Amino acid sequence: MAKKEVSYYPGCSSQTGASSSNMMRATQTMCDELDIQLNEIPDWNCCGASIGYGSGGELPRLTLSARNIALSEQHNPGQEIVATCAACWLSTREAKERLHEDANMFRDANTALNEINLKLNNQTPVRHMVEVLVEDIGFEAIKAKIKKPLQGLKIASYVGCQTNRPFGIAEESFENPVYLDHLIESVGADSIPTYEKKVQCCGGALAFSEPEKSQEMIHGIIEAAYDHGADLIATPCPLCQANVEIYQDQINARFGSKFNMPVVYYSQLMSVAFGRNSKDSALDGQIIRAKSLEDIAGK
Amino acid sequence: MSDLNSAMTERYHNSFLREVEANVEEGEWVKMCMQCGVCAGSCPLGNAWEHTPQKLFMMIRAGKREAVLSSDSMWMCTSCYNCIARCPRGLPITHIMHGLAHYAKRLGLAPKNQPTAQFSQIFWDNLMKKGRVNELKLGLSVYFKDGFGQGIKNALANKQLGQNMMKAKRMNAMEFFGGHSIKDTSGLQKMIKKAQEIEDAKIQGNS
Repeated sequence: MAKKEVSYYPGCSSQTGASSSNMMRATQTMCDELDIQLNEIPDWNCCGASIGYGSGGELPRLTLSARNIALSEQHNPGQEIVATCAACWLSTREAKERLHEDANMFRDANTALNEINLKLNNQTPVRHMVEVLVEDIGFEAIKAKIKKPLQGLKIASYVGCQTNRPFGIAEESFENPVYLDHLIESVGADSIPTYEKKVQCCGGALAFSEPEKSQEMIHGIIEAAYDHGADLIATPCPLCQANVEIYQDQINARFGSKFNMPVVYYSQLMSVAFGRNSKDSALDGQIIRAKSLEDIAGK
Repeated sequence: MSDLNSAMTERYHNSFLREVEANVEEGEWVKMCMQCGVCAGSCPLGNAWEHTPQKLFMMIRAGKREAVLSSDSMWMCTSCYNCIARCPRGLPITHIMHGLAHYAKRLGLAPKNQPTAQFSQIFWDNLMKKGRVNELKLGLSVYFKDGFGQGIKNALANKQLGQNMMKAKRMNAMEFFGGHSIKDTSGLQKMIKKAQEIEDAKIQGNS
């Protein structure tokens, strides 16, 4: 397979010591194995996420993403922007489309960018890493790379919201996207096609500001995984991962449950299945240990 | 009443719908709502919304300016995009909710102490300092938003969570002293200031 180069937008939570630094490490491992070279966008900034609207306003928010696209066009010309964070991908793609459709907004964003001598051409595709895996690499090529199939593991595919709506992965339905189930099967594990909380919202940023309301939704996401006999929950989204994993103590205290369900990224599943060790697969970044994956990685 | 709020009330006194169309992000879509209620039934926190998107759209057309802009409902949008995916008329409902919330804040009409309105300000201020979010300071700012005493209580209640995150190397105490940053922070701030000036001038021009 020829080496694929992409202009990579990791996002704030992927930085060293941040909440999805484990995702970053597993992404790097997965891409090494698949011969994908991640060329980070130099000096990328925060996208504003899904909460920046309150104070940010439309043009300032779109301009944040316009700066990242402009930097990518300048430093990584001809390379598609690829993000692993759902909010980064959504914000950047939304900015690209809005600035494409609205000529005045495009002009205004460029006026702001001109303050720092940047220029947006807005000709660069903005994609999610999952699109690269599904459309460019393909499930068959992934299967061909498997050294340690995750045999016997039952994994609930929790896609969440923003990797799925409003853009989604091509050819997938909003109500029941199946790419994550296919990825789970490609690494030799069993998916749960009837997992009914697959696209349920975890509360997103409101897990901070409205913890009671969000934890009620998260409780349902985990409970349904237990009901289906899942060993693990897998997700593509950093905020889904954190929200569903890290509050399980608080949820147990609130609802009298006894949850202890590991929540991992697809990139961690793939890293282990590709034969990499626990550390390369960032399994040491779990708060709820994924013992079943550690056992396979340690074999 | 803020000056901008007075000016807007004067300018659009007979039509709140026109005010929304001219000044709220994606506001020109509001008149396309056919009141089917799919958005209300699709919202994950719909039960907590006093005014669902469907109701807000009708209230806008009915000229209920004060009730719409001081509502706390749109601040409970989790940005799940269910309403956008399902709206049979293709309204970008999530963006309109964000737009209404932002416009209400701009006019000084957003409900005081609404937790997500407060969080969105904390988040924006945080990212503007260094160009990237400092998660440690973000968490601390949320804990301490209601004063020192409450902050200590919140921090203690979440002590185990913080320790778990640090042990997993997903939170770093050193972020308190500086932390991650882009190189060109002053450039970014200058760029955003310009974008804000352009947007302010556009809305002032409409007042």
